[in-house]
Amino acid sequence: MDLTLKIWRQKDSQDRGGFQTHKVSDITPDTSFLEMLDILNDQLEKKNEDPVHFDHDCREGICGACSMYINGRPHGPQQGITTCQLHMRSFKDGDTITIEPWRAQPFPVIKDLIVDRTSFDRIIQAGGYISVGTGGVPDANEIPIPARVSNEAMDAAACIGCGACVAACKNASAMLFVAAKVSHLALLPQGNVEAQERAEKMVEQMDEEGFGSCTNTGACSAECPKGISLEHIARLNREYYFAKQSSDNIPAEDEVHGAG
Amino acid sequence: MSFDAKIPDGPLDEKWNHHKFNIKLVNPANKRKYDVIVVGTGLAGASAAASLAELGYNVKSFCFQDSPRRAHSIAAQGGINAAKNYQNDGDSVYRLFYDTIKGGDYRSREANVYRLAEVSANIIDQCVAQGVPFAREYGGLLANRSFGGAQVSRTFYARGQTGQQLLLGAYSALSRQIAAGKVQMFTRTEMLDLVTVDGQARGIITRNLITGEVESHSGHAVILASGGYGNVFFLSTNAMGSNVTAAWRAHRKGAFFANPCFTQIHPTCIPVSGDHQSKLTLMSESLRNDGRVWVPKKANKGLTASEAINVSEEDRDYYLERRYPAFGNLVPRDVASRNAKYVCDEGRGVGPSGLAVFLDFADAIKRDGKETISSKYGNLFDMYKQITGDNPYEVPMMIYPAVHYTMGGLWVDYNLMTNVPGLYALGECNFSDHGANRLGASALMQGLADGYFVIPYTIGDYLAKIPYDKVSTDHEEFKKAEAQIRSNIDKLLHSKGSRTVDDFHRALGKIMWDKCGMSRTAEGLKEAKKEIQVLRKEYWDDVNVVGVNEELNMTLEKALRVGDFFELAELMVDDALNRNESCGGHFREEYQTEEGEAKRDDKNFTYGACWEYSGPDTDEKLHKEDLIFENVKLTQRSYK
Ligand SMILES: Cc1cc2nc3c(=O)[nH]c(=O)nc-3n(C[C@H](O)[C@H](O)[C@H](O)COP(=O)(O)OP(=O)(O)OC[C@H]3O[C@@H](n4cnc5c(N)ncnc54)[C@H](O)[C@@H]3O)c2cc1C
Ligand code: SF4
Ligand code: FES
Repeated sequence: MDLTLKIWRQKDSQDRGGFQTHKVSDITPDTSFLEMLDILNDQLEKKNEDPVHFDHDCREGICGACSMYINGRPHGPQQGITTCQLHMRSFKDGDTITIEPWRAQPFPVIKDLIVDRTSFDRIIQAGGYISVGTGGVPDANEIPIPARVSNEAMDAAACIGCGACVAACKNASAMLFVAAKVSHLALLPQGNVEAQERAEKMVEQMDEEGFGSCTNTGACSAECPKGISLEHIARLNREYYFAKQSSDNIPAEDEVHGAG
Repeated sequence: MSFDAKIPDGPLDEKWNHHKFNIKLVNPANKRKYDVIVVGTGLAGASAAASLAELGYNVKSFCFQDSPRRAHSIAAQGGINAAKNYQNDGDSVYRLFYDTIKGGDYRSREANVYRLAEVSANIIDQCVAQGVPFAREYGGLLANRSFGGAQVSRTFYARGQTGQQLLLGAYSALSRQIAAGKVQMFTRTEMLDLVTVDGQARGIITRNLITGEVESHSGHAVILASGGYGNVFFLSTNAMGSNVTAAWRAHRKGAFFANPCFTQIHPTCIPVSGDHQSKLTLMSESLRNDGRVWVPKKANKGLTASEAINVSEEDRDYYLERRYPAFGNLVPRDVASRNAKYVCDEGRGVGPSGLAVFLDFADAIKRDGKETISSKYGNLFDMYKQITGDNPYEVPMMIYPAVHYTMGGLWVDYNLMTNVPGLYALGECNFSDHGANRLGASALMQGLADGYFVIPYTIGDYLAKIPYDKVSTDHEEFKKAEAQIRSNIDKLLHSKGSRTVDDFHRALGKIMWDKCGMSRTAEGLKEAKKEIQVLRKEYWDDVNVVGVNEELNMTLEKALRVGDFFELAELMVDDALNRNESCGGHFREEYQTEEGEAKRDDKNFTYGACWEYSGPDTDEKLHKEDLIFENVKLTQRSYK
């Protein structure tokens, strides 16, 4: 199939950037979306032009590197997959496809479709862990955990940190990402000890990074490639609420984080 | 060049404990005086960086991705082994040790492998304490499965995302140390050279991938945990960015590279579909527990999956069940891969390229019901459908082998130190534990064993003996190395040739796959060597790297990596040519039994081949580490 691509090109974080139109032809349906971009880049390099830069690594939907809007939707038209899992059989001959980087103030563009997502790392650094060091831990079977609970924790832990939730949200809120981690750890007995403090610290960091507030529209979960559920946001709110009641070190901002 | 594996004395099961007692310790108050550089944030690197920081060392950690959480380890699916014997089915440290030695076809070091099996149980405890949500039974205890044909159930897993969950655990520990100020994290930063001063590893040269700045970092020790080199084949199941540069640059600075020809080709991957293909996708090995592998008895090129259901039973050849009645579809990876190649070489391959075999679930669905099969493999079936458009519940899957893992790597002693003092190698980038063939679910185990439970002890033994003084990055060795890197970059940017980096990389990969892949001959290897040399020369004259150094430039990043792949490829071929035997993943057609199985030559080749860099365009020098087996008896693997 032959396609017209309208791609956001931006030299670096200082550049204003803009759309450029590129054409590719003879793309087969079993080509992946990123391979289609590889083909374009091959053409560009042969003409001595700068290839389109985009983040990618595993190309199987697990590293969370790939990140772009395709026709206005994070990770493209299909639900439940990342950009790298999208194949060209989802498009038809003659289509025009618009491709852009994540748009959110805490994710500044570095180049073309690549954005800076280190804000996510800093949120995890603020408390997205259980405070244990290496060694001196109990036997793994000492604390039985019901399979149901462990499964739910796994559902939350499946987040790949791609940022599509932020990109999908009109407020650029990172609630789903934060909730996934808070919920994963709070559900498990090992992580429950620090649950409230963790929620408080991670939310504070999220605010500091400039992510917007959550108004419960649910676009995040609908576009999340791993189907992270909104229930985790409810759990985060609960932990946060109790944390606020029992601590006075961080000012309450309940209205910012939606219903308790 | 000193060359001593430093295996502790004493009985096998007491070596590690004795060693831990005998090695020197750094006084807790003095640990903060030492700076340790860790390259890589996969399972090996992240666990090492976090653990060393917890002990009090100052750690500088590096990765080329935008976040440490995205290291290639994230993609591991199937699971992690540990000798917990939770299932009471006869597992033990000794059995895991024995299986690993035997699986590796007797080309690994007993003492290291025993230690690996010994600390494996601690890994599971550690990960659970971090919150890794392993699969559990209804009673709440941890679940296990048998993996890759193992006779016991010792594999722990988190759905099909075990690597992800283990890495997120290590990443969380690392993040905690970053927050504590004990780890300084450098993302989107690539190590391009090792710096040695007076023969000791004292730092690295990096390139900031956003600004292009070439920078020096000094430390008292350097740990490489930079992963495997499977991407030398261009197409592999490895992440796109996986590369050999860190290890190769260390090799050029004196570190021996051991057994480079030992590569693992995984039998169940989605076949190549066209020239545009950028990487190959692994379908978990667990599929072979229920899927039956077959091709038509008579050549039928182009046969599609939907036509396959009409092929009658008597026209099908379930070749693994036929040739290996005892193990059937569960033969080890190397055997399954090689047999797929043979039937395709005979012209009996299927699919548009003729380079595929069927993996059929029809019988399993008939026997157990669709629901049971879906509960076991649902996500894999969905993934397969997403990529190929075929529905495995209705038609057989098509699979073909693909490069997956590299057993070879930097030579290390019992302490995981290379022969360059102060330079360590952990995880897939070292050569240590898997011999000529790695067992499923053992790479994750090794990465975490190295990082959590070995290096925190062994590095102290070295640091305790060297002074606190830091080497300044103004030292001439740093300046020299920086200048060399800048000139390499300039050379690539100025050659303005006619072919793209990918074009060269693809051509190199093809040579390697055809002549140094699943099955090798002396003749083919000799041809490969010449072809690689010619192509490498062309590369430096005719590659076109667009853009500039001072910007994010992914073409330049690739170009630097491919430059190192060329040199590695030649060494792999030399190593394969030197090893006149077949063992594990290394199959030389000249050395096979009458039934066509791999034939080892224990008399002449029970050694690790350790190669010393001898300058550009010069054949490398071979050193041999004789492998001494005091505890297991060498036997021929048989899966008949
Ligand atoms: C698809 C797939 C599935 C697998 N499944 C399993 C499984 O089920 N069980 C199992 O045991 N094993 C499995 N393996 C193998 C296993 O995943 C790897 O061997 C293991 O994760 C390697 O870990 P590592 O820490 O050594 O390196 P990696 O995870 O590869 O990490 C390398 C790190 O080094 C960094 N790096 C590399 N070069 C440089 C440089 N020059 N400068 C700076 N940083 C650098 C990278 O950024 C990265 O952080 C699988 C492999 C694949 C490909
Ligand atoms: S919650 Fe979903 S969309 Fe958001 S970062 Fe995680 S995986 Fe991506
Ligand atoms: S490239 Fe890893 S998730 Fe898309």
